[in-house]
Amino acid sequence: MFNNFPLFPREASSVAGQVDALYFLLLAISGFFAVTISLTIVAFAVKYRRRHALEVGAKIHGSTALEILWSAVPLAIVMGIFVWSSVIFIRISRPPRDAMDIYVVGKQWMWKIQHPDGRREINELHVPVGQPVRLTLASEDVIHDFFVPAFRVKADVVPGRFTTLWFEATKPGRYHFFCAQYCGTEHSGMIGWVDAMTPEDFQAWLAGGAGESLASSGEKLFQELSCNSCHRPDSQGRGPVLDGIYGRPVALEGGGQVIADDSYIRESIVDPQARTVAGYQPIMPTYQGLVTEEGLLQLVAYIKSLGTTGQPTPTPGAPTATDTPHPTPK
Amino acid sequence: MADAQAHAQDLEPTALQHQFDSLEQQFDASVLGMWVFLVTEIMFFGGLFMAYIVYRTWYPDSFAAGSHHLDVTLGMTNTMVLIASSLTMALAVWAGQQGNRFRQVLFLGLTLLFGFAFLGIKAYEYWEKFQDHLVPGPNFVWDGPGNPHAVQIFYSLYFAMTGLHALHMVVGAGIMITLLVMAARGRFTRQWSTPLEIGGLYWHFVDIVWIFLFPLLYLIERHV
Amino acid sequence: MDAIDATLPPPVNYLNAQHGIKSWLLTRDHKRIALLYLFGITFFFVLGGIFAALIRLELLTPAGDLMEAETYNKMFTLHGVIMIFFFLIPSIPATLGNFLVPIMIGAKDLAFPRINLLSWYIYMVGGLFTIAVIVLGGVDTGWTFYTPYSTAASNTHVVLTGLGVFITGFSSILTGLNFIVTIHRMRAPGMTWFRLPLFIWSHYATALIMVLGTPVIAITVLLVAAERVLHLGLFDPKLGGDPVLFQHLFWFYSHPAVYIMILPAMGVISELVAAFSRKAIFGYNFVAFASLAIALIGFLVWGHHMFVSSQSVYAGLVFSFLSFLVAIPSAVKVFNWTATMYKGSISFQAPIMYVFGFMGLFLVGGLTGLFLASVGLDVHVHDTYFVVAHFHYIMVGGAIMGFQGGLHYWWPKIFGRKYPEGWAKLAALVIFVGFNLTFFPQFLLGYLGMPRRYYAYPPEFQVLNIMSTAGASVLAIGYLIPAIYFAWSLKYGELAEANPWGAKGLEWTIPSPPPTYNFEETPVITEPPYNYTPEFVASVTAASRPEVELG
Repeated sequence: MFNNFPLFPREASSVAGQVDALYFLLLAISGFFAVTISLTIVAFAVKYRRRHALEVGAKIHGSTALEILWSAVPLAIVMGIFVWSSVIFIRISRPPRDAMDIYVVGKQWMWKIQHPDGRREINELHVPVGQPVRLTLASEDVIHDFFVPAFRVKADVVPGRFTTLWFEATKPGRYHFFCAQYCGTEHSGMIGWVDAMTPEDFQAWLAGGAGESLASSGEKLFQELSCNSCHRPDSQGRGPVLDGIYGRPVALEGGGQVIADDSYIRESIVDPQARTVAGYQPIMPTYQGLVTEEGLLQLVAYIKSLGTTGQPTPTPGAPTATDTPHPTPK
Repeated sequence: MADAQAHAQDLEPTALQHQFDSLEQQFDASVLGMWVFLVTEIMFFGGLFMAYIVYRTWYPDSFAAGSHHLDVTLGMTNTMVLIASSLTMALAVWAGQQGNRFRQVLFLGLTLLFGFAFLGIKAYEYWEKFQDHLVPGPNFVWDGPGNPHAVQIFYSLYFAMTGLHALHMVVGAGIMITLLVMAARGRFTRQWSTPLEIGGLYWHFVDIVWIFLFPLLYLIERHV
Repeated sequence: MDAIDATLPPPVNYLNAQHGIKSWLLTRDHKRIALLYLFGITFFFVLGGIFAALIRLELLTPAGDLMEAETYNKMFTLHGVIMIFFFLIPSIPATLGNFLVPIMIGAKDLAFPRINLLSWYIYMVGGLFTIAVIVLGGVDTGWTFYTPYSTAASNTHVVLTGLGVFITGFSSILTGLNFIVTIHRMRAPGMTWFRLPLFIWSHYATALIMVLGTPVIAITVLLVAAERVLHLGLFDPKLGGDPVLFQHLFWFYSHPAVYIMILPAMGVISELVAAFSRKAIFGYNFVAFASLAIALIGFLVWGHHMFVSSQSVYAGLVFSFLSFLVAIPSAVKVFNWTATMYKGSISFQAPIMYVFGFMGLFLVGGLTGLFLASVGLDVHVHDTYFVVAHFHYIMVGGAIMGFQGGLHYWWPKIFGRKYPEGWAKLAALVIFVGFNLTFFPQFLLGYLGMPRRYYAYPPEFQVLNIMSTAGASVLAIGYLIPAIYFAWSLKYGELAEANPWGAKGLEWTIPSPPPTYNFEETPVITEPPYNYTPEFVASVTAASRPEVELG
């Protein structure tokens, strides 16, 4: 029993060291205050113990200088911690631009993982070391949470929206991931393994079982659902042209604009009327319930793939309403 | 609410209660108690207002669409009825301070009448919505503009907010009846009319809540 | 000891003024209502404790072998619901607060005695709903009721539990309302705001939170129940709703609720530190305003429960900042308590042992709060056993330790009997040791990455879990000892004088147990609180038993 008794988690991601450094700093500060105050209390208790029954304490009522001192010093300390922890948080929250995408769907009670080129796995996540990985997380049912202790990252997986989580594994190895948000009976069974591999091993693994790529699954779905009858590549459809739209600003009906990112594309499928593209009628029906979360991820991957192949606009100039790649209304 | 009623009862006895030193202290405590209670009521409605703000921001068009299906005329009438009832309530409190029994009974009676009128109109509106399958739940049907889910959320909030308000009106009517009986028995004098004052505070509060509910629910995107 | 009986208890007091069960169930005496509450919360503490014991037993081994996963989920849900809504929130305010708030300000009763009794009945009705839930098969959402699990997925008694929480919330609102009005309007002549004992200040701050926060949770659980029955879609993304909105509404109350639990304990500690140091509280104004500051800033930090819930990075930073701010008034209190002991005259009687226990555990609980407020670090420890350990250090180590200290301090006043001092000190030690053994390993478990609410876990977490379970059994013994000697003391305990500790405070100027209306005539206050003088001490010790004071 005692041969497997860790007291500290492994450090296996680029942020783990930074989080641990803050942790140790906080341990030091807390330890210092806890020990100092406790010893002071013990010292006072012994030194000023009651010597005879009629003794009373000294007439001391306070000291404003001391109050200011012991408000200001802790305030300064915690503000320092705040700044440091915020810097780490911003780093954890912002995936690098060159991050590799992997799609994760949580459902009661398993994790389904899809790699862009088609490899799928359940409760296992293979990633290369030394390469930032961005997970796009979706849930089929209730809130889950994807948590990799060795990487010091977690994110809630909230139904009805995409959330993201990124990390860069630094050491090859197998690390637990957990569901950290209570999700029902088998919550504690939603455990899996991250398999961090050297890039070569990872490529070999990817090649080992590659099926249909995510984008082509999405393309099939796109046709099955007859999306292509309105969203046509030739700007004659009743819906906006989707080629090259991914990641670009889109002018909205009624003013304003939005970047056509994963979340906006998802929303446009499940709640099309929420933010209609300028110049189009709000005629698209909702596909809520008709497409699974995995299907949504495939569709997003497909539309994303169009962004790299289509390129209908000649120059990606300043993002104004006029140069967004949409036809004028019919 | 039940506690409001219990609260009103707690303030009812004319004699000085054992825990107070003077009638003045007793009166001050009762009034403060009612104000604190009304603060809790604001927070109670506050949760619903918060939900309303979030979803109206998310679904402005669907909320407008849902709102357009509400009957502004009835809503406006109800607003007028409640404002009138606030006036008669204020007059009843004034009559209490004068110790005028007839006016107390008259104005409390009118207030009660307006209260019932409001509830009647509200019940009719609910019935209409029921006929139109606009009561959220399995039988909810919406084929107007907007996202049906979002319109259902609008109607959920509509029923939650107006329903909670109507519940307060029902409790208020109970308080009015109690006060009416007390007034008819001549319990309120120039020296002591605390329950009238406290009941008045409650009634005005319930009116004010409606003054917020009416534009938020009925008047979305209505440009006359 | 029999020799001093002559000075002792008044023939008629609030306990024996009336007889029969009816005289208790219809009483409007705040002291009797306090005892009714004491009965209620003790029952629910035992119930919640049994669930805790079962949880710890299940976690002894990595595999799930004692019960089904579903049963385990019900255990931790009921443990949380009962301990928070039916034990911790009413614990100090409804018992010690109810008993002492009127007496400490020189009043005969609370402003609204009938509302006070009503609040107890409401509490019991809410409790009956919860017991019904247990009998009918339980509830498995966690005490946090997160949507859409609670509204769309769980097939347990969520609605009934929600109603229980909703109803009992009103008892909390009414208690808060009563305290606010009483403290504003019922103070005796000369009892100015800055002559109030700090126990009153902390109860005033607590009452503000009860009044402002509780209605929000009430409406929120009501919406959850409505959504569950009617599928309104308010919190269900499949119907266009936002599950995260629920979390905002929930934590808007439930974070301040933590301060409902800890502030009254802080008030107790202030009283005890002063009494056992025979010295005025250092920095009275700062301690008093710290309570208000905690109550007010406490309403602005709820988002720190949601750092990883997909709220924006910006919101995360703001809530992190505010969470650090709320740490300052707590720190100020600890510093002032420590400074109060400087040049005091400290006697080591049982209640101060609980104060020392509180200080040690609250320090750890408070300082680990800084870890969780650090948003970059919270991402890792959020929803792990680190959080579980942290809030148990605050709620059990802080609130219950404070409650126990207060109970030991005022027990002679409440019942007119003393408990065996040696056993009380032993219990304090056992609780302190057992508590640390139970919950300190959970910090390590949390940083290792063990998520909370896990029924089964990977084997590398086992050793720490065994330590925790072992500690829990020590802790259970620690709680059993006082239960036994307190019960024993009711009948066999030595009779208590009016002021057994030689303490200042209006409650010690009246007999033990007090008469029904507390004061024969309204007291007039002419001095600041905690005004210990040699003359005062000489007068009270002479009045009681000068021969044994030197122990």
